[in-house]
Amino acid sequence: MSVQKADVVIVGGGLMGSATAFFLRRRGQSVILLERDQIGQYASGVNFGNVRRQGRFLGQLALANRSWALWKRLPELIDDDLEFIPSGHMRVCYREDEIAELEAYAAAPEAEQLDLKIYRGAELHERFGFLGADVKGGSYAPHDGHANPRLAAPAFARAARRLGAQIEERTEVAEVEKVGGDFHVSTTDGRQFHAAQLLITAGAWGQKLSAQFGEPVPLDTHGPQMAVTEPVPYALPTVIGVYTKIAEEVIYFRQIPRGNIVIGGGFRSKPDMLNRRAAVEPRSILNQAEQMRRLLPGVGNLNIIRVWSGIEGYLPDSLPIMGPSGTVDGLFYAFGFCGHGFQLGPGVGDVMAELLDTGRTTTPIEAFSIRRFAFPAAQRSHAS
Amino acid sequence: MATAQLSTHRVVIVGAGPAGVRCAETLLAAGIKPILVDENRRDGGQIYRRQPDGFTRDYSTLYGSEADKAKDLHQTFDRLRGAIDYRPDTLVWNLTPGQLCCANQGRHSTLDYDALILCTGATDRLMPIEGWQLAGTYSLGGAQIALKNQAVSIGHRVVFMGSGPLLYLVASQYVKAGATVAAVLDTSPFSLRLKALPKLLARPGLLWTGMKFLAQLYRAKVPAHFGVKPLEVLGDAANGVAGVRFTTGSGKAVTVQADAVALGYHLRPETQLGDLAGCAMAFDEASSQWWLATDEAGRTSVNGVYAAGDGAKIRGADAAEHAGRRVALAVLEDLKQPFNAGLRDEQQQALAVMDQFRLGLAEAFPWPGEQAKALPDSAIVCRCEMITAGELRRTVNEKGACEVNRAKAFSRVGMGRCQGRYCSQAGAEVIAAEAGVQVQEVGRQRGQAPVKPLSMLIEEVSP
Repeated sequence: MSVQKADVVIVGGGLMGSATAFFLRRRGQSVILLERDQIGQYASGVNFGNVRRQGRFLGQLALANRSWALWKRLPELIDDDLEFIPSGHMRVCYREDEIAELEAYAAAPEAEQLDLKIYRGAELHERFGFLGADVKGGSYAPHDGHANPRLAAPAFARAARRLGAQIEERTEVAEVEKVGGDFHVSTTDGRQFHAAQLLITAGAWGQKLSAQFGEPVPLDTHGPQMAVTEPVPYALPTVIGVYTKIAEEVIYFRQIPRGNIVIGGGFRSKPDMLNRRAAVEPRSILNQAEQMRRLLPGVGNLNIIRVWSGIEGYLPDSLPIMGPSGTVDGLFYAFGFCGHGFQLGPGVGDVMAELLDTGRTTTPIEAFSIRRFAFPAAQRSHAS
Repeated sequence: MATAQLSTHRVVIVGAGPAGVRCAETLLAAGIKPILVDENRRDGGQIYRRQPDGFTRDYSTLYGSEADKAKDLHQTFDRLRGAIDYRPDTLVWNLTPGQLCCANQGRHSTLDYDALILCTGATDRLMPIEGWQLAGTYSLGGAQIALKNQAVSIGHRVVFMGSGPLLYLVASQYVKAGATVAAVLDTSPFSLRLKALPKLLARPGLLWTGMKFLAQLYRAKVPAHFGVKPLEVLGDAANGVAGVRFTTGSGKAVTVQADAVALGYHLRPETQLGDLAGCAMAFDEASSQWWLATDEAGRTSVNGVYAAGDGAKIRGADAAEHAGRRVALAVLEDLKQPFNAGLRDEQQQALAVMDQFRLGLAEAFPWPGEQAKALPDSAIVCRCEMITAGELRRTVNEKGACEVNRAKAFSRVGMGRCQGRYCSQAGAEVIAAEAGVQVQEVGRQRGQAPVKPLSMLIEEVSP
């Protein structure tokens, strides 16, 4: 049996795995990335494409800022265009008390770099004249924006490959074990890959691997619900998203310079994990149409030409699993980004590469440790 | 016609063309009252499309040699109409297991089914050519609908280019309607027709009809060329089509002046609903395209989902009538209802003959997959998104996208309004040629809802 060796084996070729492979190569580490299907096929390639920092868990903003700095260095950083536009992001709400919450967020010290500005009343509707009358206020993030998720992970993987990373698509992991100081990864096609360090970036399948090392996590899977309209003249550069606690009202949209309006949010669907397919639920599309008419009344003249979904991993606290294993030396995780991983991607790659290379990182990620799920199941059900 | 005791099975037919109408007729005769959903305002499908209210052309003007069949199908439908649940002007835009999503005049409603019969027909099969995005370029089917539905020609001087029986049918209909047909340019060499003769003789009547079209074109002094290689639709963005450039079978470059071009290479099935239902697809070697995998009766791989007519297998309108009856009998059998075995055998025999003829047509008028390889990099492949062959090839070469859906994700080919109806087959040929593999190895574009564009004004109707 042939054995291939590297400093690091990465399991899972989404944006996190691909970006980590890229940054590890820049640090001179040898990398083998194993992807069961195609690079960026599930969550990474089908999400909304929000390069948004505002609204995140405040403890995640340091990581988001690090990632934003990398987004700003595109396309030079990877010599590929991800259609990133720092066009501004507007988080709007339908209720006065929600404006107060947006204000509190904007005032938090962690959000300082975001330069958030709160709009309300006449000033809001003058600046964003296309918004519906129901919109009462909003928080504007001038530096946030959007990009094309279909291109991102494959572009990072190609850049990593150009730097010498070994990227293996259509390569399914059969078994992972630690033998002495090395991880032995065998694949269903009978190959063996050995490395002193192992990184699990397997998204919605991440917990299957973490469980093998005695670290199960309560990961749930959801299919995002996305739609796109036919193209119309480019007039809405700002990404708009609704801040609300009502699931039906969650809607966000962005127009791309080609003219199409991409829409996401509302209900989620349950993916078929056996066939690895996720459908868009018809009620999601109807709800999106209704919510869009409320948010952007002019949209009624348009048609939805296509809808899609994908497979995302969620944790109960809406935070990812990121960092070293709590039980096994040399084992690291970055998965389960709960539908908000796209903006973080380059930053996660950079941080994980730093962590694998140096054993530490300057960006705080303790809040995302897998150890938070390490206490007994009985206790966990009380906690939730 | 309807028996006193109607069955309670919810049987839904999508499409009121020849397959759908014959299916409804057969089900009703056996005591099942079907729901017949159709996107069009009137029955007849594409081939026997009825003219709008107020138009008064007679059957022979409208349908020519097929006038009797059209009249018979319309009369059958008129008799059925009051006895079945007919829902015209209704788009089935999506489905979930056991339930259709329908849109009718901006209103959404759901429709439960125990059995679903897809009689969704076909659209033109197209191969791009440099300049085909210019105003004045139509599909053959589009050119025919303009004439049949609205009694208008697509231009003053029209070139018909492509291959397949529809090329000659539509060109002769234009001649008959008094239009100037500048040329009929067939990519298939005439010799293939002779080679396919044994199979085409399975239906001598239809072969004779085809020869009559040729004779009509000859009498009208329409220049006809066989074995041509299309090079370019000439013209500019401001004025549209000015002509067509091609090389003849003997390799001579020729330019024909025209202000409109009708393009088409026979038909491709409308498989989106079957695809969304999870039905398995099969690659048909003869016509070199994917369609729903069905048994000879029209059962798909998904229980309770059936397909008939050109939406299942491109065999033409006559076969669609037989397939519509045949699939209805299969539904009855599967629902444990009594059915007429003699009628089943009759339909089966007729379909076997038509299948033979279909193979003959595929031999005589082959899909020109190799043209994709010769397309210049500057030619548009995807007209909705305006993506060129060169851009698509770069996703194969530089980004390693050797699979249709992957190449779509990177390049946008097939992402527009038409959902790949016009470009995905040609796109697959471009990808395969660039990757150096057979076209079936690059896969097929997966169907995505909505089946046709859905208005953002869509509103739910409470049941």
